[in-house]
Amino acid sequence: MTFLYQVINGLQVGSIYALVALGYSMVYGIVNLINFAHGDIIMVGAYCAWLAMMKWGAPPWISILFAIAFCTVLGMTIEKVAYKPLRKSPRISLLITAIGVSLFLENLAQLVFTANPQRFPTIVTLPSIQLGSRQLSATTIMTIVVSVFFMVVLSFLVNKTKMGKAMRAASEDEATAQLMGINVNHTISFTFAIGSALAAVGAILYCSAYTQLSPLMGVMLGLKAFVAAVLGGIGSIPGAMIGGLVIGLAESLTKGYISSQLADGVVFGILIVVLLIKPTGLMGRSMNEKV
Amino acid sequence: MEFRFKTRTKYLINTVAVLALYFFLMFLQGDVLTRYQSKMLIPVGIYIILAVSLNLAAGFLGQLPLGHAGFMSVGAYTAALFTKNVALPIAVSFPLGLLLGGIVAAIFGILIGLPALRLRGDYLAIITLGFSEIIRVIILNLDFTGGAFGLRGITRATDFTSVFICVVITIAVLHMLIKSRHGRAIIAIRENEIAAEATGIPTTYYKTLGFTVSAFFAGIAGGLYAHYLGILDAGTFGFMKSIEILVMVVLGGMGSMIGSVIAATGLTLLPELLRGFDNYRMVIYSLLLVVVMVFKPSGLMGTYDFSLSRSIESIINSRRRKAAKKEGVSHDSHT
Repeated sequence: MTFLYQVINGLQVGSIYALVALGYSMVYGIVNLINFAHGDIIMVGAYCAWLAMMKWGAPPWISILFAIAFCTVLGMTIEKVAYKPLRKSPRISLLITAIGVSLFLENLAQLVFTANPQRFPTIVTLPSIQLGSRQLSATTIMTIVVSVFFMVVLSFLVNKTKMGKAMRAASEDEATAQLMGINVNHTISFTFAIGSALAAVGAILYCSAYTQLSPLMGVMLGLKAFVAAVLGGIGSIPGAMIGGLVIGLAESLTKGYISSQLADGVVFGILIVVLLIKPTGLMGRSMNEKV
Repeated sequence: MEFRFKTRTKYLINTVAVLALYFFLMFLQGDVLTRYQSKMLIPVGIYIILAVSLNLAAGFLGQLPLGHAGFMSVGAYTAALFTKNVALPIAVSFPLGLLLGGIVAAIFGILIGLPALRLRGDYLAIITLGFSEIIRVIILNLDFTGGAFGLRGITRATDFTSVFICVVITIAVLHMLIKSRHGRAIIAIRENEIAAEATGIPTTYYKTLGFTVSAFFAGIAGGLYAHYLGILDAGTFGFMKSIEILVMVVLGGMGSMIGSVIAATGLTLLPELLRGFDNYRMVIYSLLLVVVMVFKPSGLMGTYDFSLSRSIESIINSRRRKAAKKEGVSHDSHT
């Protein structure tokens, strides 16, 4: 029973990682940028929901919508202001800009909300389920269900709609996509918007699970979600989902059976082993360099 | 006829300049700066070593390592444990400890570099990040490193002179390495790895070499850092520390040593200078970073490198040209 409990816990954390990893993966696929600010968009989403609920007294569903809308706009703004002017410059400058944006959001949040962690209210008030000797909270099940729902929606969006087709085309070859009449700028904005919206959903699920939020909460969460994206094969959407679940399970089982301090080490260890055996990740396509 | 210094004269000029700088800084510390301000010179020096050494791997070799803090922590713990546990006077054990820290960091550099350098670009960044996080987690879980409580009671042996000597050695060695045949091979790998391999440069060897030398100096900087603070906490060598160093390198200009030196000095002092606006300083710092990157993506200095002897040469040459021109003009008017 304990094993099952750990597995379900792992699935809960893993599905949050997967949602966040999708944002990293889609953005990387289309502009080849490790978007370090993604983790901090999660933090902003969490604060939006908290602000709406605790300070303005809005009902949870409005707060959630507000958080999603705010993050979407924020993600698109960051892309327009900070990343777009650098699209033609060396990749590392873009990376440093992303780090700069990330530091900016973190410090701005510390300035506005102070560095002290805040308590996040419970959103899901359903009774928990008895699982042997352990209790399985409704939040856990809700997290998994919501994540799976959003992943299905996203798969539909990317595989079946016209915008999805444009996204796939732009990530395959930007110049050719442009020649085929695809508005690449819009497509990139749209990708950032979706990624940020998913980050907001991830933020609310994460806060519901851990019941607190702080200005630096996005750093470690973002890093692990990013590891998940790389593990699954960066740029691949099913890869990000699998990667997220693997990282979540590995972390939860290490915490349960070995030592909670070693969990981070194990996560990065898995990453290194996978990258050394299959350098493009589990589901990644291999890219051959042409001379 | 262009004027050129002899190589020996160049060394002489540089030695004199370094000594002059040392005495100038000593004079500043004695008379101009406050105690607190003079103390800031030590972290500035440590960050210069870190930035310049990372610039070898990032700017000259063209890789993107995100684990510099990992090597720094290895050097710091090695040096600190050595000076703590060896029954030698600190004047002897401190330099030995620094050297040992550098060597152990270099060994880690080889161990991590060999598998990691098979990957390119962002994947290399991620795998070095992973390794440095693992180093941190291991340090946190070992007993003899003090674990989560940190390593305490390290003799505070780092002073301005020792940092200054280390900075000079680092810059001199890296400069000579880059100007040598090996350095040209390293730069060739940055420019085009496939072409470099095709012309017969052993790319794996040179990539590992660059990575290892970079790790070695990071280890030395770590040793200095340990003996400056007197206490080590594995938490400080996290991902953000690596990023901080990388930011210095990129802001100064990838492949420009003077750029790294200026950026390391500026970025270490900037948060202190902004202390007046205490709450806003980190916000300003990060905004500045984004603004510089958006308007000057190649960094402040680009790939420009400063050479004192070359500057003097060009001043002398332009004067001579002017003089020659004048002479020529006056000569014409006579005939």
